[in-house]
Amino acid sequence: MSQLSSADTETPEEAAPEIDEAREAVLAELTERIGDGVVGSHIRPGDDLWVRVDRANWVAAAEAAKAMGYRFFDFLSAIDWLPSPFGRDMDSQEDRVVSGAPAKEPEAMVQGYAGGETRFQLLARVYSISAGMGITFKCDLPDDDLTAATWTNVYAGANWHEREAREMFGFSFDGHPNMINLYLPADFVGHPLRKDFPLLARRVRPWPGIVDVEPMPGVADEEGEGE
Amino acid sequence: MGLVESGKLPQPLAKLLNISRKYSIWAYQWGLACCAIEMGAAFASPRYDVMRLGVIPFPASPRQADLVVIAGTVTDKLAPAVVRLYEQMPDPKYVISMGSCANCGGPYWDSYSVTKGVDQLIPVDVYVPGCPPRPEALLEGIILLQERIAHEDMAERWKGEPIVVG
Amino acid sequence: MTAISDPQSVAALAAEAVDNRVNLDFETEGMTLNMGPQHPATHGTLRIIARLDGEQVISAEPMCGYMHRGYEKLTEVRTYPQINALINRIDWLGSFANEVPFILAAEKLMGVEAPPRAQWIRTILFEMSRIANISLFLGDFGLQLGGMTAGFYAFRDREWVLNQIESATGGRFHPNFDRIGGLKDDLPKGWIESSHTAMDKLLAFCDELEDLLVGNEIFQARTRGIGVIPAEIALSYGLSGANLRASGVDWDLRRDNCPPGLVYDKADWKVWTHPDGDCFARTWVRLQETREAAKIVKQLLDTIPSGPVMAKVPRIIKVPEGEAYVATENPLGEMGYYVVSKGDLVPFRVKIRSASFNNISIVPWVARGAYVPDLISILGSLYFILGDIDR
Repeated sequence: MSQLSSADTETPEEAAPEIDEAREAVLAELTERIGDGVVGSHIRPGDDLWVRVDRANWVAAAEAAKAMGYRFFDFLSAIDWLPSPFGRDMDSQEDRVVSGAPAKEPEAMVQGYAGGETRFQLLARVYSISAGMGITFKCDLPDDDLTAATWTNVYAGANWHEREAREMFGFSFDGHPNMINLYLPADFVGHPLRKDFPLLARRVRPWPGIVDVEPMPGVADEEGEGE
Repeated sequence: MGLVESGKLPQPLAKLLNISRKYSIWAYQWGLACCAIEMGAAFASPRYDVMRLGVIPFPASPRQADLVVIAGTVTDKLAPAVVRLYEQMPDPKYVISMGSCANCGGPYWDSYSVTKGVDQLIPVDVYVPGCPPRPEALLEGIILLQERIAHEDMAERWKGEPIVVG
Repeated sequence: MTAISDPQSVAALAAEAVDNRVNLDFETEGMTLNMGPQHPATHGTLRIIARLDGEQVISAEPMCGYMHRGYEKLTEVRTYPQINALINRIDWLGSFANEVPFILAAEKLMGVEAPPRAQWIRTILFEMSRIANISLFLGDFGLQLGGMTAGFYAFRDREWVLNQIESATGGRFHPNFDRIGGLKDDLPKGWIESSHTAMDKLLAFCDELEDLLVGNEIFQARTRGIGVIPAEIALSYGLSGANLRASGVDWDLRRDNCPPGLVYDKADWKVWTHPDGDCFARTWVRLQETREAAKIVKQLLDTIPSGPVMAKVPRIIKVPEGEAYVATENPLGEMGYYVVSKGDLVPFRVKIRSASFNNISIVPWVARGAYVPDLISILGSLYFILGDIDR
């Protein structure tokens, strides 16, 4: 159970005794501030709040959150909702194709909490220390235009996170001051965190530990610790 | 060509030189990842005390070092720096590959950014297995290296050709 | 230092102070200094490109990625127990602390709760890894500022806590001891008594280091008033842990938002803050934290309940569909895992929010206008682990 901070003093919405109501209030205030920008939301009572905003209001959402006391920047990243064409059995998929067996049927793309329509979703989280709550923002990015406005002017810490999202997913952020690779060498090809980026080493040699997760007869109710 | 490189050094003298080299290894510390802390424990802690083996772990630059311990994960981005460091060291030079990552990629065997073994880049004398190896394991690796140095034909070593690992 | 509460005026004052320190009248031809990737003060392979004007740093830009191992991609092809073994190596000094938030996130999605005894032992081991982590920081920071002795002391006394972790978990460095639903094993016989002894040694170590290092005049001269970070800037960069508390923000996830599965509310302890926000404040807060951690361990050791250490969980762990973010107060700051599960053996996506990544992204801001030796103080006191930045 998430607790309210004992040091809360300043924000208006922290006083609610029921956490769930507090998050409803936060959502209501966000909706009030950015209007139609909120296109989806999800609340898990006593735990977390997800808000999906449209791309035009991505920065407005950050500004609204900051004005509401969510001044601590947690992280900014993204999710690729495409079901992996390789999956965990990345190696065997390749083998199937080579040996002429039919490839596995692609699964349907299902977005998570707060919904979504596109393959790529931005994911960011901010936190209010006085309220003891966080907001997880999501934002759809259409496949043909993977750009969003930068958060760096609102949360300075978004700088590196956006650089990371750029090289890992191939996004670009308008207005970012220093849009160069952070982790990968400049000549790296591909965007590793996209689901269709293959791990080549796995294709050459399958993971040897995979047998450990097969069910073993007679020990079904032992503690689970397959390594 | 000097006497040592020519291989015409008298046997007892060669042995004496080998013993001196064996007990005065200047080890360059290059901590890369988790193993660096265990290397630090072996090199800098009073409990393991590497100096009793005649290893001096404080060269200020690779140009003063005889031995480099590659302690940790080598990534593709870092690889040029590893090669450069090795090239900066004067001959005869030795390399200890410490930990699974430096040996073969370790738990990152399928990563897109990790070099699967530092021996793809530079010749390695001793592999110390473990993730990370205990400080004692590194000490044993150093003793094995010292044995190797003691029985070395210096003319062979100083030819400048890469040694065959194994 | 006077307390300024208005964030705008703090930021304006700080920016003004920085600009004043860079002496534009005497601008000479700049020099670019490359530190790393093999520099002792960078704890491994951080590379910093600093543009200098004389002895002053005009700009310093860290170049990361020399230790990037691709954790987030690798988690997508590993099962939950396999990931548990892998993520030990993110912050390699406090390995057990890396496992806990991930396991808690998986437990939250599965609706499993560890038995009380497991929660107690988890918290104890969590705090022990904090001690293992921060005690090395105290020694290493001394080493970087020229005091070799502190490093030897830290390596000596750190062994006490490593021995305890090893005898409980089997792993001196990477325990891989936490499981979804509890712990791998119960504690060995006599462990509680020996832990008390170890914690007493550690408390003595803290006193010793306070005299030796923090009370040292040279140390104070090199850290006081250097690298000041105002609270508002720290928040917007997402600084967490001791770095944030040293800027006067009274926030500790252990106290304020402790996820279920850890029992910090069962011990009596204090969150320390410091108003200055400089390198000295960060060191001082960490020193106090080590003490508090030892106190928490000692209190919890006396109150461990009996019972099993593992809840009933299936042998094959499939985590139900859902998303969860769980963060804990790790030795370096807030470490969290955003886990997206599709009901499979492997998570669909794991976003790792590591503390050092945010902590070190403030370097370009705070190093502006500092002197070159101050850069070492700033980097050392911000305290990062390369694996925690680059993941």
